[in-house]
Amino acid sequence: MSRSTRGKAVFGAALAAALLTAGCGSDDSSAAAADYDPDAPVTLTVGTFGTMDFDNAGLYEEYMALHPNVTIEQNNVAQSAAYYKSLQTRLAANSGLDDIQALEIGFIADVVRNHADAFVDWSQEENADELEGNFYDWKWGQATTSDGATIALGTDTGPQAMCYRKDLFQEAGLPTDRAEVAELWPTWDAYLDAARQYQSTSDAAFVDSPASIFSSSVYQGEVAYNDEDGNPIPGESEGVERAWGYASQAAEEGLTANLSQFGDEWNAAFSNGAFATIACPAWMLGYINSQMGDSGAGLWDIAPLPGAAEGASNWGGSFLGVPADGPNVEAAKDLVEWLTAPEQQVKMFTEAAHFPSSEQAAEDPGVQDAVNEYFSGAPTGAIFGESAANIRRTPIGPYDTQIQEAFTTGLTDIATRGTSPDQAFEDALKAAEQAIGG
Amino acid sequence: MTIASGTVREAAIAAPPPDRPDFPARPRRRRRLTRNRWGYAYVAPFFLVFAAFSLYPFLYTAWISLHRTSLSNINGGEFIGLENYRNLLESEFFWNAARNTLTIGILSTVPQLCMALGLAHLLNYKLRGRTFFRTVMLMPYATSIAAATLVFAQLFGRDYGLINTGLEAVGLDRIDWEAGTVSSQVAIAVIVTWRWTGYNALIYLAAMQSIPGELYEAAEIDGASKWKQFLHVTIPSLRPTILFTVVISTIGAVQLFGEPLLFAGNGTTSGGSAGQYQTLGLLMYQQGWTNFHIGQAATTAWAMFLIILVIVGVNAVIGRLRSRAER
Repeated sequence: MSRSTRGKAVFGAALAAALLTAGCGSDDSSAAAADYDPDAPVTLTVGTFGTMDFDNAGLYEEYMALHPNVTIEQNNVAQSAAYYKSLQTRLAANSGLDDIQALEIGFIADVVRNHADAFVDWSQEENADELEGNFYDWKWGQATTSDGATIALGTDTGPQAMCYRKDLFQEAGLPTDRAEVAELWPTWDAYLDAARQYQSTSDAAFVDSPASIFSSSVYQGEVAYNDEDGNPIPGESEGVERAWGYASQAAEEGLTANLSQFGDEWNAAFSNGAFATIACPAWMLGYINSQMGDSGAGLWDIAPLPGAAEGASNWGGSFLGVPADGPNVEAAKDLVEWLTAPEQQVKMFTEAAHFPSSEQAAEDPGVQDAVNEYFSGAPTGAIFGESAANIRRTPIGPYDTQIQEAFTTGLTDIATRGTSPDQAFEDALKAAEQAIGG
Repeated sequence: MTIASGTVREAAIAAPPPDRPDFPARPRRRRRLTRNRWGYAYVAPFFLVFAAFSLYPFLYTAWISLHRTSLSNINGGEFIGLENYRNLLESEFFWNAARNTLTIGILSTVPQLCMALGLAHLLNYKLRGRTFFRTVMLMPYATSIAAATLVFAQLFGRDYGLINTGLEAVGLDRIDWEAGTVSSQVAIAVIVTWRWTGYNALIYLAAMQSIPGELYEAAEIDGASKWKQFLHVTIPSLRPTILFTVVISTIGAVQLFGEPLLFAGNGTTSGGSAGQYQTLGLLMYQQGWTNFHIGQAATTAWAMFLIILVIVGVNAVIGRLRSRAER
């Protein structure tokens, strides 16, 4: 570059920097609560990911019919990881945030710890006690900072059960009735025995992936990835050690279909009948249904998770938070309160199979008595309700997603590359520590 | 991906233009500047855009790489000097990714350029439907990486992939393409090669067409076979073009990212269960956008840039030495 172009470039950089800062700093402070007119026309944007189904369950329409002045627009991102990436950059810039932002359990701890100030604190609302009473205490706790600020209200949860293929069980000479299946695997050791028995007679694998075992059993202990204060302890956690023990056995003995969950081959394996069981958080039912379509109706049934008597476990679930600096904070709060209220959570379960995070909703007859015809008429309301009621409050931390991925990647390594479990654990721990550190 | 785009453009700029003419004596310079001011005005928009979207992110990336900070706190964080760089050099993940980048780079660049040269030579003959073949050859380049890689990921699938079905049909064992170190790297190299061979072939073809026909006639009169003509007329005349494609392909290889990311099939950034195909680009993405350590990611981006600078520099030196030797 000659001298004069370099000069221009520096000038340009300065100009660009000025433009960027100007663009980022243009947030008006929120309208004061006192000025809030609940009947003024307002358009609310809701940032969501995956299939949160507020639209499919008809809740937006219902709310807009109840409040004709409100227009709701949803900005959905297909993958929660991609959604979280853009949420991070928007939080960093404090710009471009929707009036309401959905927060997944995989990153709620990070938001609670690092961005609590950016969201409305529900514990400061006049009806805070009533709101808190709407939710399972562990669900409320997951969105609450150590100072007691609650930054989001719960939507669904992921209480777990175990889905199994009746047809494949029958071929292998295993019981197919869900009560008998429950007796078949009261513990994870019994589940692994059933797997060995199954694989001695069948070509298909018993379970889709070692991750299925790991991700569901890791939350059955007192602690999973974090200590009581939410600090990651992947190497010393008793929950990780137990879950790794079961899952690495299954991986090493070839009891799994060696699939990576949410990969292309995993998706294809559903309709190819490549595995007979899969850990089923409530939301997995919809996933199985969408992968197999009508051809899978009546093939599956649902039994309790192995070890359910000792501890239920939760995988997934989400929250709705209201960014504190938005222009429509009061209207957004009204909508979030309504969307997460027990009555709406019941509708979310009956219309879209999202299990409630509200105890009242879970005990509602509409949920309790629900059966799922696709899953052989399994009493899903009762199965997941019991699981949800027994969930312990396992401390969550800011790096749970990354740590879980490190361990499930290590399990895949055992299954597909024949790495020894000890070596794989060491590698997984290094990957987890790389994610935590820095 | 401002970090990546920052490095690629910078690297392209950093490569010295071949055969730069010598500037005339200094006193005339001021007059030329004023006389050509419209010329500068016309190129100014490019440099403004370049400054805003390349130079500024580039320098900002350098600044971030000196901090311990997260994606959501990009302007804050703690100044830690060169600690990120020291950690990077001590990190086995970095060296693993660097090794993978090198091997995948060799596996893809070498066959790619050799095939491109051969293809260009064939297309240089007067063929029927030449335009058709040339267009077809450029098609992979026009295909989006995402679409192409998704198709290839299906081809290389372990349980239901077309290639394994074919292997089984002829009595061979199925290959778990993704799990193996060599197999996964070969699969990714195939995707890269498929995509860029046609592009390079067209560049070679354009250069071949500027080789004077008399050279070939003279060679033919001397009794040189087609192969000898290719070896002793075509290749030497293409030398600057080959150097150019080597530099461009190498830069592309160092930044390889989309293919390994999509090859995993489920959006994970670890590059296989043992990181067997994690490239530097993927490692940077994992650090910054999966683990949210943007300071580390910026450091890796700068490391990649420095690697590219070294490679381009070595290439330039080789090119200069050769042309001096010929003079």
